[in-house]
Amino acid sequence: MAYIPHTERDRQAMLAAIGVPTLDSLYSSVPADVRFPDLDLPEPLSEMEVMAELQALAEANVDTRHYASFLGAGAYNHFIPSVVDHILRRNEFYTAYTPYQPEISQGTLQATFEYQSLICALTGMDVSNASHYDGATALAEAVTLALAHHRGKRKTLLMSPSVHPHYRQVVRTYMQGMDVTIHGDESCCTGPDDLVRRLDDQTAMVAVQYPDFFGHIVDFTAWAEAAHAAGALLCVVVNPLALGLLKPPSTFGADVVVGEGQSLGIPLSFGGPYLGLFTTKNEYVRKMAGRLVGETLDSRGQRGYVLTLTPREQHIRREKATSNICTNVGLMALASAVYLSVMGKQGLRQVAELCYHKAHYAADAIGRLPRYKIWNSGPFFHEFVVECPKPVADINEILLEQEIVGGYDLGADYAELKNHMLIAVTEMNTQEEIDGLVSALEEASHD
Amino acid sequence: MEYPKDLKYTKNDEWIRVEGKQATAGITDYAQDQLSDIVFVEVVAAVGESVAQGSACATVESVKAAAEVYMPAGGKIAAVNEALPTTPELVNKEPYGGAWMVRFELTNPKELDGLMDAAAYEKYCQERTH
Repeated sequence: MAYIPHTERDRQAMLAAIGVPTLDSLYSSVPADVRFPDLDLPEPLSEMEVMAELQALAEANVDTRHYASFLGAGAYNHFIPSVVDHILRRNEFYTAYTPYQPEISQGTLQATFEYQSLICALTGMDVSNASHYDGATALAEAVTLALAHHRGKRKTLLMSPSVHPHYRQVVRTYMQGMDVTIHGDESCCTGPDDLVRRLDDQTAMVAVQYPDFFGHIVDFTAWAEAAHAAGALLCVVVNPLALGLLKPPSTFGADVVVGEGQSLGIPLSFGGPYLGLFTTKNEYVRKMAGRLVGETLDSRGQRGYVLTLTPREQHIRREKATSNICTNVGLMALASAVYLSVMGKQGLRQVAELCYHKAHYAADAIGRLPRYKIWNSGPFFHEFVVECPKPVADINEILLEQEIVGGYDLGADYAELKNHMLIAVTEMNTQEEIDGLVSALEEASHD
Repeated sequence: MEYPKDLKYTKNDEWIRVEGKQATAGITDYAQDQLSDIVFVEVVAAVGESVAQGSACATVESVKAAAEVYMPAGGKIAAVNEALPTTPELVNKEPYGGAWMVRFELTNPKELDGLMDAAAYEKYCQERTH
């Protein structure tokens, strides 16, 4: 039996209906010479030869096992205990998809429930959903929640320039064609007071980051008060690892807390799959996209897990859905749950402290270099900005020769921050590596 | 099943009580029975807002389904029931009393002419159950 549902007769009938003589004529607008180009592929190889070739290609990459990395900007190189991978690779878990009859998979639901509980404990918020794709899409979903909360009557979003530039781009992509005004992030250095002054009765939400993109630790209590006084919601984008050390954003009065969960036991992996954290207050739970797993008792009084809120975009009120996203990253959520369980409250705090102290050790040393300047003025966590004597790309090239992956070039996202490098330091960077970076920067500053 | 005589009804199972130009609306006993346990009510109309006949004024969710509640007649919203978000079960217990959803000033009393009286509505419900 051929697994092709259409018979020749079906095809003829469909072609006749749209008035096209043959299937090929559908492609007539594609020039003939590019329609079936000669691909010029090499001769086929044996499996052994393919492996050797792919291995050689892979070895051309620079990786964090062989290079000292000071590149962060939203994705961080942390130690991952081996138990994380052991649990992930159990075949009971090794699928990212919730089964379509979810309650039959109690283990999967329990894992999600544990994840949600841990993320709530970390952020201090009431509810966490089962996760989104990544930090950027989680922020976009927070905007959707805010718009739905105001029932379309407020269409302005105030975004701090120190929210990750990529996240702001993703929000703009999500909001295309929705008649939403996004402002506040025109310049890199819009102070908090400038932003608060722009609140009005059209502001649906204010988005800030903690620690912010430049590493700053800011107390957003005043922002939350100002946003609430104007009737707007406050969304805080977090690095959850920093919350091992810092006050949770719930203490500021945040209405939505989202973030990138990669720092919790998920490898860098060239940018994904990552983990979108999404938490909010009880009062907004029905405006939240995605699924929410709950714990209950069955008819025999035994503990069981259920999809308490299933994605309404999938099952009920589809025409009223505010988000079309119900997919979560189950395996990545599990990784972070295992990581948090293994580290515990004290372990997480220790990692955060190590990051903090190593970053400050690095910043002190770099700040003493004659031609470099630390740009940050307030307290920072494990990332800071360095004003460099020459273009960041040139410096990074010199660092790479010494097997050091340098920091993020901020000039690409902030015109005012040309020649400014964002440096991240984690527990993975040894003192030798940091000292190596400092002397390599010193060398790179000479003409 | 109750069908109070002093109310008028819509085909979408809303009721309306009219006192002069003032009106109160909610969903019927039949509607709450069909939906079963109500777990969530959100009144989406805001006080001061003018809402047309047939426009959504509330959302009701039960363990089985979710439904929109539409204005039985157009009007300017004078009050919304603040008790419902925290006690949605009122809709099951007192659909015609404590679970009123909106109070409003009628825009055009003629709009009431198209609604059913209790007898017609009772018949309409019975036809659907059989």
